[in-house]
Amino acid sequence: MYFLVASGLSLIYGLMGVLNFAHGVFLTLGAYAAWEVAGRLPHSPAGFPVTALVAALAGAAVAALTELLLIRPLYGRPLAQILITIGLDLALVGLLLGMFGSNSRAIAVPSWVSGVTAIGSVRIPDGDFVALGTGLAVLGVLSWFLRRTRYGIIIRAGAENRDMVRALGIDVGRAFTLVFTVGGAAAGLAGLLNSVVFSGSLVDPGQGDQLLIFAFIVVVIGGLGSIAGSAAAAVLVGLVQVYVGFYAGSGAGLAQLGNMSVVLLLAVVLLVRPRGLLGRTT
Amino acid sequence: MTGLVSRLTIRSQAAPPAPVSRRWIAPTVVLGVFGVLPFAGFAVPWVLPGPVDVVDSAGTLEVLSLGFAFAIVALGFDVLFGFTGLLSFGQVLWFATGVYVLDIALSVWHWALLPALAVTLAGGLVLALVLGALCLRVRGIAFAMVTLAFAQAGYYLIEDNPHGLTGGAVGLVASTGRLPPQLVGVASTRNLYWLALVVLVVIYAVTWLATESVTGRAWLAIRDSETRADVLGLRPFRLKLASFVLSSMIATAGGLVYLLVVGTAAPDSVASVTVTVSILVMVVLGGAGTRWGAVAGAMVYVYLQQYLLKIAAEPSFASLPAPVRVPLSQPDFLLGMIFILFVLFAPGGIAGLADRAKAAIAGRSRKGRH
Repeated sequence: MYFLVASGLSLIYGLMGVLNFAHGVFLTLGAYAAWEVAGRLPHSPAGFPVTALVAALAGAAVAALTELLLIRPLYGRPLAQILITIGLDLALVGLLLGMFGSNSRAIAVPSWVSGVTAIGSVRIPDGDFVALGTGLAVLGVLSWFLRRTRYGIIIRAGAENRDMVRALGIDVGRAFTLVFTVGGAAAGLAGLLNSVVFSGSLVDPGQGDQLLIFAFIVVVIGGLGSIAGSAAAAVLVGLVQVYVGFYAGSGAGLAQLGNMSVVLLLAVVLLVRPRGLLGRTT
Repeated sequence: MTGLVSRLTIRSQAAPPAPVSRRWIAPTVVLGVFGVLPFAGFAVPWVLPGPVDVVDSAGTLEVLSLGFAFAIVALGFDVLFGFTGLLSFGQVLWFATGVYVLDIALSVWHWALLPALAVTLAGGLVLALVLGALCLRVRGIAFAMVTLAFAQAGYYLIEDNPHGLTGGAVGLVASTGRLPPQLVGVASTRNLYWLALVVLVVIYAVTWLATESVTGRAWLAIRDSETRADVLGLRPFRLKLASFVLSSMIATAGGLVYLLVVGTAAPDSVASVTVTVSILVMVVLGGAGTRWGAVAGAMVYVYLQQYLLKIAAEPSFASLPAPVRVPLSQPDFLLGMIFILFVLFAPGGIAGLADRAKAAIAGRSRKGRH
């Protein structure tokens, strides 16, 4: 699950060097778009993929606009790019609060997503399978896209040497807009699935920002720009958080120990190996 | 991160400095106005929502005191970010240390104010030295992320409420039992206001001395190019640690003022990453790398945030059409938009705009003479 949340961020940061603080609000926007649509569709099992598609499209649209209007004028000023996404996050979360209020909203999901399957004696929520499947699918599609398609190759080349690729007569700007759009789509999808799997199908304006910190942790631990590293780090972070939380967090006053161990894990990894698990050396 | 901040804070070449006596006029006037403000028995449309009286019924003094507390924190962040070029995402940790340690000392251990203040500052100093030495082993984005990690760890610690010390997510109200009587009760608002103002002035002076000193020059050198500073024989690690510790101590002092003014500590308004973001926004809005810019940014931020909330609560506001009313009722939305516009069109912040205006006026008068 953390991989889904982090994949878009990893993509954008790794390839464009833009640390996107607005990623959190992209997640939230995806979930809200899904809520809007799910409330209008007739309640049917086939509705959920449509809802998910809308969430992804909403994330993609906002991300594309962000890149065109805010990131593009600031190429060559990485710090200003970071700052402007911080401002955007602040503004959009405020707007969502104003439009929808601070109360959580429930998304209607069909039973094959909200139900529970028993495998032997273990009962696993169906939503977990959906999230796992989607995560693997996104990992596969992103890897294929970056390695095998013409656009993927342009993007990787552009990330390495922007001016050279431009000199070859290729519009790098358009490729970078595409990166942002794909990252935003992944975010929108992740926002919806996160609501479905972890928060009982509830959506609230602040949810993305809480996830954002963990997305950062996953991306940085995994190594900047390495999608596979992000996937590995996502599994590591998820396991550490759940196990520490489960075994040590049952005592009084230790409820946040799982979260705390994750942030300390980040600190340790960075201090010992600043480029992350699978990161490039620069 | 090398040279990024300098690129962000490029300002037009300032005119030769005015004679010393004239340079003191503006600060003295501003300080005088704020100093006697508690006696203003009248309202100013758009600026002062109501007359300032002893009990501060319009809440103006409290908003301004809060602004002073954050101005102190912003000054501290400016030392680290604006003057040394280190982008930390954990500045809130030092602020929270100031707020919470003082709160615990006063309310749980029932200490007197002075020893509580001393212990808080000493604790902040030790913590800043240890964590600073650790975090500064890495640079750039990694530094930002490690500081973020430690600040989040602090946030979770506070939420966890170990041994019932911090009050958990609910927060901890400062007990007033051992505070001097001048700082307690309805009439204390004025005293707290002056106290916050005095601390701000002292911290401003400290920041001024530090950034204008030889060490301060070395910070600028590191900000512009750490490699160059290293080659020149400066010791970047020690200098950065000094900047880190000074910045953290100032933030802790800001936390002390905050607790005395607000009287309660809650993790979401004191220790969360949102606070780090607001500090960053204040400094960039005001102009990173300028002292008065950081103060102005913090004052504008706090004032707008509090004032916009008040406007949104007015009955006449509800009659506005929804597309206008909804965005305007959210201070965060407006502040975010203002911030975006500043980053896009005025990277020097408020201070940069002022410099530009000054240069334009000077240019016009020079043209007029010819």
